[in-house]
Amino acid sequence: MCPQLVAAYSFMNGKEAFPQRHFPVTPVSSNPALRLSGISKRFGPLRANDAISFELKRGEVIALLGENGAGKTTLMNILFGHYVADEGTVEAFGKLLAPGDPRAALDAGIGMVHQHFTLADNMTVQENIALGTQSLWRMRLDRTAARRRIEQLSADFGLAVDPAATVSTLSVGERQRVEILKALYREARILILDEPTAVLTPAETDALFRTLKLLVAKGLSIIFISHKLHEVMAVSDRVLVLRSGQLVGERATASTDRKELAALMVGQEVKQAEVSPVKPGAPLLALERVSTTPYNGAGLDDVSLTLTAGEITGLAGVAGNGQAVLAALIAGTRRPTSGRISIAGQNVRDWSPRAALAHGVARIPEDRHAIGSIGDMSVTENVIAERYRSPRFSRMGFLNWKASRQFAEKLIADYEVKCPSPDARIRLLSGGNMQKLILGRALDPDPEIILASQPTRGLDVGAVAYVHRMLLEARTRGAAILLISEDLEEVLTLSDRIIVMSKGRLSTPSARGERSIRELGELMAGHSGEHGDHAA
Amino acid sequence: MDALEILFTASFWVAAIRIASPLIFATMGELICERAGVLNLGIEGIMTAGAFAGWFTVYSGGDLWAGVLVAALVGALFGLLHATLTVPLGLSQHVVGIGITLLATSLTYFTYRLVLPEVTSPPKIEPFQPLPIPGLSRIPVVGEALFTQTPLTYLAFVSVAAVAWILYRTPVGLAVRAAGENPSAVEAQGISVTGIRMGAVAVGSALMGVGGAFLTISAFNSFFFQMINGRGWICIALVVFGSWRPGKALVGAILFAAFDAYQVRLQQISGGIVPYQVFLMMPYALSILALILVARRATYPKALMIPYQKGER
Repeated sequence: MCPQLVAAYSFMNGKEAFPQRHFPVTPVSSNPALRLSGISKRFGPLRANDAISFELKRGEVIALLGENGAGKTTLMNILFGHYVADEGTVEAFGKLLAPGDPRAALDAGIGMVHQHFTLADNMTVQENIALGTQSLWRMRLDRTAARRRIEQLSADFGLAVDPAATVSTLSVGERQRVEILKALYREARILILDEPTAVLTPAETDALFRTLKLLVAKGLSIIFISHKLHEVMAVSDRVLVLRSGQLVGERATASTDRKELAALMVGQEVKQAEVSPVKPGAPLLALERVSTTPYNGAGLDDVSLTLTAGEITGLAGVAGNGQAVLAALIAGTRRPTSGRISIAGQNVRDWSPRAALAHGVARIPEDRHAIGSIGDMSVTENVIAERYRSPRFSRMGFLNWKASRQFAEKLIADYEVKCPSPDARIRLLSGGNMQKLILGRALDPDPEIILASQPTRGLDVGAVAYVHRMLLEARTRGAAILLISEDLEEVLTLSDRIIVMSKGRLSTPSARGERSIRELGELMAGHSGEHGDHAA
Repeated sequence: MDALEILFTASFWVAAIRIASPLIFATMGELICERAGVLNLGIEGIMTAGAFAGWFTVYSGGDLWAGVLVAALVGALFGLLHATLTVPLGLSQHVVGIGITLLATSLTYFTYRLVLPEVTSPPKIEPFQPLPIPGLSRIPVVGEALFTQTPLTYLAFVSVAAVAWILYRTPVGLAVRAAGENPSAVEAQGISVTGIRMGAVAVGSALMGVGGAFLTISAFNSFFFQMINGRGWICIALVVFGSWRPGKALVGAILFAAFDAYQVRLQQISGGIVPYQVFLMMPYALSILALILVARRATYPKALMIPYQKGER
């Protein structure tokens, strides 16, 4: 084994000071692991980072908390050299970091686990990890040493993954472990994790936290980026709160609580949505004994469902049990193989996305990037995408840009969307802001039927509360709402009636508070004889 | 001679391998470019330029291997032009590629007319001669087909092994494959995506240049207009046929060349009953069929044709 590897092992095992290779300056000095001074970055008129300064001590876990769009990811991308800051400097272990150069960051011992994984799917785990760690001009990859070292690191830090597996075959959790291994393989001493739990199951999250504890015990310093308060409380020593690109607060984790952090993050007390008593009206949309082919999971199997005015029907269930196809069916993008769809008692034969819109179905799609928006088109173009044929936005086949733009401006103002202008490409917006626009687009015509599919997935506290308020307002107005969510807490909070979906079938509905969480959980797991019933 | 008997004659397979050689070079070149994420439609023009550059070097008194080298250099130069426009500037790879083909082809014909204003029939050179490998060339049919070729054909086979080795066994090959799949993975590991992609396009284009030169200094002995005759485009299809793998692409190149050699022989024995154009069409029709059958499930390099802009979200 080469001496570098030996040194790295000893370091990882805490036996020895870190190998000198990366640090000609004696690492024993009192310099912090990382020091950011006055970092500013603008994207057009948007101030993504505004004079941010902080230090990361050795062996410390900092949580960087902030809503989507607060500038967390931008800051970390500057740190790692993906972006060049307009102003400010970064020092790692007392040495100034060359801006705009990921190699400099890597050489200084900074490892980053990106929110969107930077893995080549067609290559093996080992190849991904070894990429860039050997001189490019070697005639031969050193495979055995690499493999042994990866296995060692996996074992030491509880990062189980097969080095020979192709990345495309891995689960999301495994891919994240590969990302962490990539950093450790390069002897990272500072690990930055950007929203690491967004894609993980609760069990995987726990495993990640255990790994982080092991890493800290070995002397690594960690920056943990998140907008989830309970995670921040669980893993960090210190919390830095970012809002609108500015550092607005710094707290020792031990001496703060979720409520204070939430207020700091949002800038005001977070108002939880209040649920008024339900006043159900007439049935608006009904599915009668509908079956479909499978799509993103199970297909529907003889499903009946009625949505009533002024009521939120919550659909709980584990992903892949038919929620996707049910949502697609109601949105008009899928058609049933058997069964009937009726709107306000009228049987609809030609069901299509356009028919759904024409019948007053508003759609908040599950995946706002893939289905909900067209990334490279402007905000204006996106907000009229569902209704560009209406006389309000076009006449004789010509678009009315003035009215379209006014509509976009109105939504931006009404929904407090942070965006540089209606002409900005929508993919430049943060998830929360994009979702607000999609919500605005759906709710503007006062729809009678609202399909909200995972409406708050990936959103921060403030945005979640906002979406909930809007849905409840629509309910008060008399809309029939179907809420499909994997977040059981959300379903329990908002729904007047809860139905559980499992293997393409629906449970009987239960009123608010009628079934306990445990009973619902059992239904979700499919442990029940209720499946034979045709619900609602 | 019977139509089936042809398949068992050594001369048929010798011809097939000869026809395959330029395709092999150029296909390997295109494969490298595409594996790095750049579709190089300049291939047809780069082959034309290589064909002329190689031939002209020998015609002006240079060594045959000097001709190969010059062809590679000219190819690399056009490749660098292509890469500069498509990689750091991020222009459309389709448009740039077609532009490079038109530019390289026209520039070649123009240069030909400049340096040889008076000739009416293309001047000839002394091309590479077959170099039978002792022992191996005596194996019936297979040995004759593979081992009585010119040195440049042997080099074509060596290039397949080299490309396969580099892509799968070396650190730079890892970087090339990653650049075509997810360039951000390359950047996150501290390697310049621009550098990798430009390098890949330059090297790939050099191979295309050599592929062109094979025609003028090994297969034939002179340069004439239109001699590339769509071979570049065939190579684009061969890369897809080979699912971006060097070995499979080699099989594809030989298969296509065999169809081509076969149709010439069929023309001779058909006695003029069937129009010869039908036979000419055969290899192309069969290629389309093969593509439909084999390459339908091919997985593209995911970042193919997508320009990479550092720091873009």
